[in-house]
Amino acid sequence: MGLGAIFAIGLPALPRNVLLVSTATTSSSRTAAAAIGPAPFAARAAITRAAAGIGLYAGAFGITFGALAARSGLSLTQAVALSAVMYTGASQFALVGVLAAGGSHLAGLSAALLLGLRNAFYGVPVTRILRPRGLRRMWTAHFVVDESTAMAVAQPAPRAGRYAFWATGLTLYALWTLGTLAGTLIGSGIDTSALGLDAAAPAIFLALLWPQLSRERARAVALGAAVVVLGLIPLAPAGLPIIAAAAVAIFAGLLPARRRHETEGQ
Amino acid sequence: MITVWATVLVASLGCYGLKLAGVSLPESVLNHPRVQRTAGLLPVAMLTALVVTDLFDANGRYTADWPTLAGIGAGAIALRFGRSPVVVFLLAIAATAVVRLVS
Repeated sequence: MGLGAIFAIGLPALPRNVLLVSTATTSSSRTAAAAIGPAPFAARAAITRAAAGIGLYAGAFGITFGALAARSGLSLTQAVALSAVMYTGASQFALVGVLAAGGSHLAGLSAALLLGLRNAFYGVPVTRILRPRGLRRMWTAHFVVDESTAMAVAQPAPRAGRYAFWATGLTLYALWTLGTLAGTLIGSGIDTSALGLDAAAPAIFLALLWPQLSRERARAVALGAAVVVLGLIPLAPAGLPIIAAAAVAIFAGLLPARRRHETEGQ
Repeated sequence: MITVWATVLVASLGCYGLKLAGVSLPESVLNHPRVQRTAGLLPVAMLTALVVTDLFDANGRYTADWPTLAGIGAGAIALRFGRSPVVVFLLAIAATAVVRLVS
């Protein structure tokens, strides 16, 4: 029943066009500029609702992360510190996953940093919209994640983009950290797999990945990465297959554009 | 314990450093076409790798957990119909829980 209620709130809470302007939009600064232009107008209230919807899954996702962290031997403080200081979900899951699988600290660290590398590139559109200066840069940087970037570039005007960035970034941060705390506390007390929460991480990653697959080269990279990872699972130590997948992206990125419009017309 | 803390702190500060670099580097560097293309493709490769390892990797052995796969399948169908990540997330965990309950 609780899930049904959440579902009822969740459906209207997130206008599709707000979020489905994916992280792919950050792939080109021209694209980002274009997304600011013709994107459908989203009023402040709609942005707030969308941010609340993102916060909802961030809370549940945080509980999953907290429970996983607790099970892989991290203390409550370490798990919450990861969410509060690192604050980038995929890297946190990768680090904890490698440690849980008995991988080396170096492998976990490398996987976390490689996954966090994408946040550096999100800095380009975020800087254009928010124009942070001086110390504000240091504060703004902390909130640059997939969701806040996607929400910011989806807005028609910089003013709305700034609001979307902060509404999403701060809501996500608060609920992600609180969720982690709750997950760490109840980690051993509830059966997260009975609630289906072990599907949470791959589901969100798939949802963030999906809109990006409209690009031909991205589909090829996804396929290549999947093949490389599947091949390396029994051969390489934990964490390494994920790092190897980055090589596929770098290789494909260094290849020249086949057609002009492939890079410029997105 | 000390090494866990060291890894947690180094990884956290490293990830923050990457974010800070992104909002601090000159646009000319990050605007380079090859940097741009790689930047756009990195999340694609990494997210794919995460999905694949989440679904098929059990400490270096192949695995297939049917309830989870059913949940992700349900999520994929929702994505196919243009649903938002929140709907996909809720549908995936609900389907996983239900399939696990009945199987």
